[in-house]
Amino acid sequence: MDKNISSKQILNDMISRHYEEALEAKKSGELVAWATSIVPQELLETMDIKVVYPENHAAVLGARKDAPAFLKDAENNGYSTDLCSYARVNIGYMNLKESVAGNIPMPDFIFCCNNICNSVIKWYENLAREMRIPMILIDTPFNHTFNVPEHSIKYIRGQFDHAIGQLEQITGKKFDHDRFKEVMKISAETAKWWKKATALAAAQPSPFNGFDLFNYMAIIVCMRGKQEGLDLFKLWAEELQGKIDRGEGPWKDQKEKYRIMWDGIACWPHLADTSKILKKNGINMVTSTYPDSWTIVYDSDDLDAMARAYSSNYANRNLVYGTGNIVQIVKDFSLDGIIYHSNRSCKLMDFRQYEVQRQVQEQTGVASVIFDGDQTDPGAFSLAQYETRIQALMEMMEQRKKERLSRQ
Amino acid sequence: MNRIKEIISALEQTANHPAKAVKASMQETGKKAVGCFPYYTPDEIIYAAGMLPVGLWGGQTDIKLADKYLQSFCCSIMRINVEQGMKGMYDFLSAVVIPTYCDTLKCICDNWQVAVPQTYLIPMVYPQHRKIAAGMIYLIDEYKRVQKEFETIAGKKITEKDLEDSIALYEDYRKTMQYFTALVSKYPITLNAKTRHLIIKAAYFMDKGLYTAKVKELMKELKKLPEEKLDGIKVVVTGILAETDALLDAFVQNQMVFVADDLAQESRQFRTCARSTGTALERLAYRIADHDGCSLLYDEEKKHGQLLIDLVRENHADGVVVCMMKFCNPEEFDYPIYKKELEAAGIPMLYLEIEQKMDSAEQIRTRIQSFAEMIK
Repeated sequence: MDKNISSKQILNDMISRHYEEALEAKKSGELVAWATSIVPQELLETMDIKVVYPENHAAVLGARKDAPAFLKDAENNGYSTDLCSYARVNIGYMNLKESVAGNIPMPDFIFCCNNICNSVIKWYENLAREMRIPMILIDTPFNHTFNVPEHSIKYIRGQFDHAIGQLEQITGKKFDHDRFKEVMKISAETAKWWKKATALAAAQPSPFNGFDLFNYMAIIVCMRGKQEGLDLFKLWAEELQGKIDRGEGPWKDQKEKYRIMWDGIACWPHLADTSKILKKNGINMVTSTYPDSWTIVYDSDDLDAMARAYSSNYANRNLVYGTGNIVQIVKDFSLDGIIYHSNRSCKLMDFRQYEVQRQVQEQTGVASVIFDGDQTDPGAFSLAQYETRIQALMEMMEQRKKERLSRQ
Repeated sequence: MNRIKEIISALEQTANHPAKAVKASMQETGKKAVGCFPYYTPDEIIYAAGMLPVGLWGGQTDIKLADKYLQSFCCSIMRINVEQGMKGMYDFLSAVVIPTYCDTLKCICDNWQVAVPQTYLIPMVYPQHRKIAAGMIYLIDEYKRVQKEFETIAGKKITEKDLEDSIALYEDYRKTMQYFTALVSKYPITLNAKTRHLIIKAAYFMDKGLYTAKVKELMKELKKLPEEKLDGIKVVVTGILAETDALLDAFVQNQMVFVADDLAQESRQFRTCARSTGTALERLAYRIADHDGCSLLYDEEKKHGQLLIDLVRENHADGVVVCMMKFCNPEEFDYPIYKKELEAAGIPMLYLEIEQKMDSAEQIRTRIQSFAEMIK
């Protein structure tokens, strides 16, 4: 990697190359898969299959304001506007196949893991049916207990074997177990460096703002099993450490006055608005519940551990874990506040949010607000409401700061 | 005829007053009751433990307390169940079982422990990969886990014989219900859409043995009568459930007969029988593995649409009525696929969006009427 180039330049380059390569691969007759965002990509990487992630693509279309045409198409075909907007954008895209915001190749098969939600099973079933292509599913049972139960691990492992069989059938190639171990090693290492880099935001001021985090997230989603991904996060961590050493904050033209966490997915169509209002007020989003989902770490030859890791992301864990996780984040990142995104698309995140907010408030006293939005459907968000909530958050955080100072 | 009226009236009373009915069943049988959230709970194991599995499918309660936990875009059955739990309406139950088929159910499972701490929760996870060996093993392990919970509550060890007997009783119930639903087209006046629904629903609030006997007697009495002629419209109804009273009344007024259904609350509970071989828990697991065409169970072949087409053809139905439970993602995802298939097969379809608590059914009534006129 050229040391004179910044990780951000490399990141942008990698993302465009990721999509270009997938399109080219399809043209030259290689197999392409669509996969959910926290899928055991190790299996696909081992088979050297080009993978694109519809959630990532939908986010790109959302951020570049090209989602509405696809949302409309899905609605015209009977998809309720109540459904996840990533799913609706992607299903619309399957039909229309062309976006000015960027294209992806159509898949030869799809690979789904419901550790993020059960809606993806339904979404992918529909893709499989509409395109008449094979579907591979890894079902990670919801952990209503704090830890992943042993029989769940056994079940997930059994499905790895089943998926390998399906992959061999689809590709006509033997699964290379030695290569698999290498990929597992790189993937776990990339995840560790991702964690390491994002954890550097604990420094005060934080060396980056959270909207950078959302950008780098594309790589942990799309390139977790690749050496380039690993190298990028090492470089990013190095850069961030440099900024910390020099005492540099997230912005050149604004000071970090408040440190907050963002709960849930970004509002991609309103990314600029949502971030500008925060920056204007010196509010830095230093972390989020969401990126830690890709800290999939395990020993490279331990399939049980890999099965456990894929079932351990917070969306698949219970309320006690979810709350404890945020309480820890509040402490580790010295947070002043939390913004909860009541994301119309994501019922799994929404329907626990009220209770999580109450419990976190009770245990940490941290200020927080909830606002209504959506990850890709621009209609569910109101700028006026968002501004009012941020104003309220500011007042609460200011009040708490005063109280803290008067105690000292 | 009087006996028929008597049985129907008793079952309707049961369905219309669940809490009263369950308490009466508890008194009559001396059994404890365990609440079962939708869908496919291990009722046979609960019954084998000498307890009554009771269906919890929402109701007509106004939502106030549940707003503390759930946004307004959460499915009404779940909001009402939480509301009723918080109001203490389930306090007489020894426990509730919540399976986590959809994202909403996962959240309800988490919230329940905080919102309704007085009613003991037994969460259960069904495998989506239910047809492969790993999924079967997982499901059997889950059954074993909850079996222990039920044994503790009942204070009784469940033997293989208890389970076999319970399965036999449930199989008898399922076959009986299959005959019953098939009888509707012969007695469309007596078994109109509303009565049919209430008779089926009553099963959730009674001892299954006593219930099955009642339905059998009803069918025996009915068969003594000549078949009824009705110049109505035969439909297959699909969805989670087909309620409220106003909705059902509109079907009856427009002479729409439910010749078959694909409702989660009705036929999906009894259309798939258990296999005859294997241990008791294997037979239960196979029943889930063999059950197809349901939005809550993984199916990459999407057989839901074909199932509806087959139901229409087998029952010479005039069309399909979709009772779409608002905010139910699994059902909403299945809809565009089967819609296309029904259209391709030339089958007329009426789409109704429903909630358990509907302020006004006027629009739905008008749509049912227009559909009926169009078919005629």
